[in-house]
Amino acid sequence: MRKIIDNVQRSVLWLCGGIAVAFLAVILVYVIARGVPYINWEFLSTAYRPGLDQEGIRDIIVGTLAMVGLTLVIAVPIGVLAAIFMAEYAKKGKVLTTIRFCVESLAGIPSILYGLFGYTFFCLQLAFGFSLLSSALTLAIMVLPVIIRSTEEALFTVPDSYREGSLALGASKLTTLFRVILPCAIPGILSAIILSMGRVMGETAAVYYTAGTMARAPSSVMSSTRSLAVHLYLLVKEGLESGDAFATATILIVIVVGLNALANFVAKRLSRKLTGGN
Amino acid sequence: MSEVKMSAKDLRLWYGDFEALKTVSLDMNKNSVTALIGPSGCGKSTFLKTLNRMNDLVEGCRIEGDVRLDGEDIFQKGYDLALLRKRVGMVFQKPNPFPMSIYDNIAYGPRVHGIRKKKVLDEIVEKALRGAALWDEVHDRLRKSAMGLSGGQQQRLCIARVMAVEPEVVLMDEPTSALDPISTQRIEDLMAELKKKFTIVIVTHNMQQAARIADRTAFFLKGEIVEAGDTLQIFQQPRDKRTEDYITGRFG
Ligand SMILES: Nc1ncnc2c1ncn2[C@@H]1O[C@H](COP(=O)(O)OP(=O)(O)OP(=O)(O)O)[C@@H](O)[C@H]1O
Ligand SMILES: [Mg+2]
Repeated sequence: MRKIIDNVQRSVLWLCGGIAVAFLAVILVYVIARGVPYINWEFLSTAYRPGLDQEGIRDIIVGTLAMVGLTLVIAVPIGVLAAIFMAEYAKKGKVLTTIRFCVESLAGIPSILYGLFGYTFFCLQLAFGFSLLSSALTLAIMVLPVIIRSTEEALFTVPDSYREGSLALGASKLTTLFRVILPCAIPGILSAIILSMGRVMGETAAVYYTAGTMARAPSSVMSSTRSLAVHLYLLVKEGLESGDAFATATILIVIVVGLNALANFVAKRLSRKLTGGN
Repeated sequence: MSEVKMSAKDLRLWYGDFEALKTVSLDMNKNSVTALIGPSGCGKSTFLKTLNRMNDLVEGCRIEGDVRLDGEDIFQKGYDLALLRKRVGMVFQKPNPFPMSIYDNIAYGPRVHGIRKKKVLDEIVEKALRGAALWDEVHDRLRKSAMGLSGGQQQRLCIARVMAVEPEVVLMDEPTSALDPISTQRIEDLMAELKKKFTIVIVTHNMQQAARIADRTAFFLKGEIVEAGDTLQIFQQPRDKRTEDYITGRFG
């Protein structure tokens, strides 16, 4: 009897896992199979000028990377510092609980609302216009909760016995933080960053309303630009060129996976270097 | 008589409203092992953590009374906390090596206190590991993670880590309770060696252990010291009925 239950349990687990993997695989294969035939050097290396019969996505890739980069440059330091403060320094109490509640709520807001806010506040109020800066600020606010939550989570999983051990050797709180706690938390922080990158690259609404749709590589933080996801949205919306749309989607997937791999690699190296062990 | 290294006088401690230590006084002699025994929850760890002010970290913890190291009040304003913890090291109940290499674990303390030169660090690491009877087992894998060591080895590593900052007093909170008999034996042997250089204060639940290694023993009960004195006297002719009951295992 026991054995049967055991087997059933195992099969159900495998089935669920299998379904999840299968969906992912089907989507990826479907998109990539339809996109790959349209990808060539010209597609990757030219600007998007439909009027001139030139449909490349070079500038859009540059725009996307710039957007991801700037967003992270803004959001990561603020988010990580906030999390460190909340997890390591703040006194437990009502204030902290309230802040946590706000952060959590912020994470649940639909992105279009961030777009609306970014548009009225950054683009109009602060007169940044449709620009890389407006969108990066908006996206930074959007991913901040993700970064704060996961960094806090990562800090919580570092056992207190490490903190005690370090402090008992006469190390200051700050030394303990940098030499013991952060190295342990880095994988968690990195995965927060990866998650944020994914959200930024997949975002359309908030980007559409803050960065505009100009299909040019940004020349400064004040220029309007277009991200791959927005580009994809526009291509699909116009209903033409479904091949280009799949090709764009394929590139988007490749970049997301590539950045993930890079972040993973860096995380491993960094935590090894910081902890000195292997 | 031997010299008093650390002393607590009329020490009272509260966690919020709960009085965990009620007017505790105890002298800890140089080059000797002082054992703290008593039933669970009677304040042994609390007392120990007061000696290197680890209780400062606990929210709502309030302390009254007087703790002295070489006659100096450790709670006086402006007292150098980092230096206190360097001078009064602590080994915890559960081995807590940092997730770094064996070498970096030992070098952590010296580095914190400003030693940077590789050669000096190398020497400190070797000396500390030898001191903790661990060198022979790990000298060829100093760069490997300390997390790969056995529990007993990890605890000796933690002892070595404390010794690397050259403390004067070593506090140990049930350092062998998570270890097997052989590892325990090794650490007890080590303590006999260590007390030649340091002042040791150890919490233990193990009566035999206290009897074997301690020169003096203090019996805690509900936040008070019922009786303190030479280990032999405590175990053979306890003055207080409650001490006798405890060491003969009638409660606890
Ligand atoms: N951080 C804390 N906050 C509140 N109460 C505490 C705290 N630490 C300990 N206590 C309480 O203080 C009392 C003494 O605890 P302590 O840890 O010193 O006991 P102990 O003698 O070491 O016990 P054990 O043998 O189980 O380790 C206990 O009643 C405990 O519940
Ligand atoms: Mg205890």
